[in-house]
Amino acid sequence: MSFLRRHTNLLSLFAVLYLLFLYVPVLLLPLFSFNDNIYVTLPLKGFTLKWYESLAGNSALLNALWASVKVGIGVSIISTVLGLMAARAMTRYRFPGRRSIYALILLPLVIPYMVIGVSTLVILRRLLDVELSLLTVGASHVLITVPLSMLVLMARMEGFDRSLEEASRDLGDTAWRSFRRVTLPLVMPGIVSSFLLCFITSFDEYLLAFFLAGSDSTLPIFIFSTLRFPNKIPDVLALGSLILMISIVLVVLAEWLRRRGISGSDSSVL
Amino acid sequence: MASSDNAMITLSAVTKRFGAFTAVDAATFDIAAGEFFSLLGPSGCGKTTLLRMIGGFEQQTSGEILIDGEAMGTRPPNHRPTNMVFQSYAIFPHLDVAENIAYGLANRPVDKATVARKVDAALEMVRLSGLGKRRANQLSGGQRQRVALARAIVCEPKVLLLDEPLGALDKKLREEMQIELRQLQKSLGITFIFVTHDQEEALSLSDRIAVMARGKVLQIDSATALYERPNCREVAGFIGNMNFFEGRVVAVEGDQAVMEIGPDIRVRVPLTGQSVTAGGNAILAVRPEKIDAVVDRPAPSRNAIRATTRASSYLGDRSLILADWHQEAAPVSVSLQNRHAAAESPLAGGAAREIWLTWPVEAGVLLSD
Repeated sequence: MSFLRRHTNLLSLFAVLYLLFLYVPVLLLPLFSFNDNIYVTLPLKGFTLKWYESLAGNSALLNALWASVKVGIGVSIISTVLGLMAARAMTRYRFPGRRSIYALILLPLVIPYMVIGVSTLVILRRLLDVELSLLTVGASHVLITVPLSMLVLMARMEGFDRSLEEASRDLGDTAWRSFRRVTLPLVMPGIVSSFLLCFITSFDEYLLAFFLAGSDSTLPIFIFSTLRFPNKIPDVLALGSLILMISIVLVVLAEWLRRRGISGSDSSVL
Repeated sequence: MASSDNAMITLSAVTKRFGAFTAVDAATFDIAAGEFFSLLGPSGCGKTTLLRMIGGFEQQTSGEILIDGEAMGTRPPNHRPTNMVFQSYAIFPHLDVAENIAYGLANRPVDKATVARKVDAALEMVRLSGLGKRRANQLSGGQRQRVALARAIVCEPKVLLLDEPLGALDKKLREEMQIELRQLQKSLGITFIFVTHDQEEALSLSDRIAVMARGKVLQIDSATALYERPNCREVAGFIGNMNFFEGRVVAVEGDQAVMEIGPDIRVRVPLTGQSVTAGGNAILAVRPEKIDAVVDRPAPSRNAIRATTRASSYLGDRSLILADWHQEAAPVSVSLQNRHAAAESPLAGGAAREIWLTWPVEAGVLLSD
């Protein structure tokens, strides 16, 4: 206690510095997006909305954005469905090979994306002769997001009493109705978390997309390619600010939904 | 046991194995319609597994369960005329109390007005009127228990299964709920199957009790019969306290057997259908409260053994005495009602002294070895 009290000032300072380090770069993004200067430098020159206007006309950028959104939504739906099934199997059943299957599903988390990217590329192009497109990007993103989804949903499913499902069967529900009336509502916060996590992971993933997108372009690829052209950077700043705003809204919304859905002792997974 | 006419449940050789482990071993008995029937035993004895098989949550490895004359086979819980009150209550946390109680009715062709009426009636029955809008986490343990009960009863099952429903409640609440449960069962006339490891609870609530151990049903009887005429050492030891005297039957005289329980110590035991022959080993069981401790030698019509008091403890309404009577045997425990002030007892003082332990012949139970 006395140790803590003596060092409280130091700890507060550390906390403030830490938060600054984390969030100042992020907050600089919207700041420069309103700055009337094509170069991202201080001092600020003046307020403008012209980068947002030019963003609206930058069809290549908007196409890339749209591509990333499409891939992200597709990936998060597929991964969450797969993750839900895997999490249910892992938490509800004992079957041979359960531990090895669990480890195999989680493995992509620790394999470098570079390795996954190269090997997937070789298999797709050399062995299967599949055209590279957003579909191949999406497939690789499913590979890396299924483990995330499974972990998030397992935490949720382990948190609730199995006899709740038995009670619903006892009260006349078929297996499917029981899943819909009890399991799904109770797992819903986990599903929302999983969906967001998978979407964000896919949305800003660069390396796999770079290997597997072919002539298509996702947003991270597009942004990286524009860094060579300084005059296009302000558009990226404007877009980044918009995305930042949307993510904040989404996270707040998800948290609000979670609290509204289940109150009380349930564990948080977000 | 043959299936009788008013049997609500008939179990025939119901067995459940988990790998090499036999959780329930050939359970075969009937439960009558309207009966309050308890499954009693230590944890791991198979009582919950048996209950879960009746409810359809576990599939028996072999044997058959009939409910109201219908073979249940592999029917899932939603196709059985049973409802369960779970040990954890299993109140749905995403629904309020009224929605919880109405849950089962949604699977039936009943209109909204009927559902509302039935839910209100059920709330009133378990004395929770006005709490319909509460959530599970706003309820006390006893209230959750009532919700679980109302939710099952509103479905009008033929058999209500209760899995240690009072286990999580504190002692006072538990006793209250026991009385309520018994009244509820009487007024509804539903067959109750009640799983518990608490013998007092089982004895006070049940019409009949099945005592289980290691997957086997040892004895099925009324509370009095289980207490007064246990059929084996295990039942005798599990229910209440019991003194055991190991010995040998030396003679059979009419409806009594003469047993030698120590060198030249002979006692008489009533025979109630046990098949014994002179010369065989047997166990005599006598309850501590049926034994009297006296200073003077009792009448020869009573059984009596010489003993030395080893320890005594004063418990207010009664005193417990431990007395050594034979070097190799376990001490006998005697429970004496303190009808008079402690100072008047012949055993007051606590110092070791020679006494006679005596009990009427009818108080003994002969158990096979």
